[in-house]
Amino acid sequence: MTLPWFTPGNDPGPSFSELLRATGGDPPVTSDAQGGIDVTHGTTIVAIRYAEGVVMAGDRRATEGYSIAHRAIEKVFPGDRFSGVSIAGAAGPAMEMVHLFQTELEHYEKVEGSNLSLDGKANKLGQMIRANLPAAMQGLAVVPIFAGYDLRRRTGRIYKYDVTGGRYEESDYHATGSGGRDARTTIKLGYRDGMSRDDAIELAIDGLYEAADEDSATGGPDVVRGIYPTVATITAAGFERVPDEEVASHFTALIERKSPRERRP
Amino acid sequence: MTMPFYVAPEQVMKDRADYARKGIARGRALVAAVYDDGILICAENPSRTLHKVSEIYDRIAFAGVGKYNEFDSLRRAGVRHADLKGYAYAREDVDARSLANAYAQTLGQVFTHEMKPFEVEILVAELGGESAGDQLFHILYDGTVMDEEDHTVLGGEAETVAERLTQALSEQRDLGAALRAATSALAGPDRTLTASDLEVAVLARSNGRRAFRRIQVEELAALLIG
Repeated sequence: MTLPWFTPGNDPGPSFSELLRATGGDPPVTSDAQGGIDVTHGTTIVAIRYAEGVVMAGDRRATEGYSIAHRAIEKVFPGDRFSGVSIAGAAGPAMEMVHLFQTELEHYEKVEGSNLSLDGKANKLGQMIRANLPAAMQGLAVVPIFAGYDLRRRTGRIYKYDVTGGRYEESDYHATGSGGRDARTTIKLGYRDGMSRDDAIELAIDGLYEAADEDSATGGPDVVRGIYPTVATITAAGFERVPDEEVASHFTALIERKSPRERRP
Repeated sequence: MTMPFYVAPEQVMKDRADYARKGIARGRALVAAVYDDGILICAENPSRTLHKVSEIYDRIAFAGVGKYNEFDSLRRAGVRHADLKGYAYAREDVDARSLANAYAQTLGQVFTHEMKPFEVEILVAELGGESAGDQLFHILYDGTVMDEEDHTVLGGEAETVAERLTQALSEQRDLGAALRAATSALAGPDRTLTASDLEVAVLARSNGRRAFRRIQVEELAALLIG
């Protein structure tokens, strides 16, 4: 590999996708297929703002039509140190988008020597979703949630997107994917301003549980294999995965709360 | 038609090398040394914003001396090289040796074919899993690559600084000791350098995936006192 060297007029600047285009590393995918294929889909993801930042969570199931494609897929990723991105939709393009997005943020930071603002990052992701629109029209839609800790405003912020790349900031919480509606309703009922970390994690887990209860494409807790939703917090300390044991203990508490009411004699 | 004067190729190369060396000698020196948790890079640089030392990738750092715009464009190209490679393959496939070779190709090309050679000397440092695996590639204006052990000096008066550094570095190498040795070597007997005259960064094994970290003024001042 030779050094990517540009004359000042052709310099791609701090953008990694521009660089990929300039070096020919980004061959366009063309297809005339009109849907009808079952590709791997990831499903429900949630984000909730709380006192110190944002909690993001996603179930672990990926489906392919009516089958389960994967039981332990990850849908919540760090964007960079102070942001996270979680994905719903066609898993292949979504994973690729996350990979490119992470590279994009780090690349900007290294080339420019400073971080993008949270709004800047959210905008960049919106542009990437818009670039995916032709594929989305063929059934390969990717709908992420972006959240991060805004170091300038000292608060957590959540952004949702539509398939056209439209970016909308949510003030308190959001959930999307096939079980998003059920999760959102649960969170709406339980949300309070300035929640603690523990309460926010519990609410996110409740939301995912209710989504899994109503939606076949959303996975519930898998106690047999020890597979629990991915939960992460983004605060002034950065992006941190919540340990599986902590998530499992929240589920134990949830079962203890629900069982007496749900069990029939 | 006028015929150009014949100039012997030896003379052309010598002139260019002299030109590049003169440009580099005008700037201050830069020191890199291995310490027990990684690699220390210490430059004399009064500017807080125009960096001589930067991050290239997870375990790779870049440092340059000489003409700022020239080594900065090399730095950008290095970040691009590394990010493209890591994106196309995997993060662990990005290594300093291949980057150093790419730099050497470009610098060699510019040295022989362009009007004017680059007036730079650069360093590509890679952190290994343990200190025996740390690598320092010192690359000259004409594309000469030197694989250095333990420590290296770039820039003006490199030889005198290197002599002082070899004497000042002891076996005991925590960050503070290595930094004090580097600073005294840069300063020489007649000067003292304070935290605000220096730009210091480390590649440290304890930093996690992205090993590069700049040492800010307050921490630097504390380390210099020891």
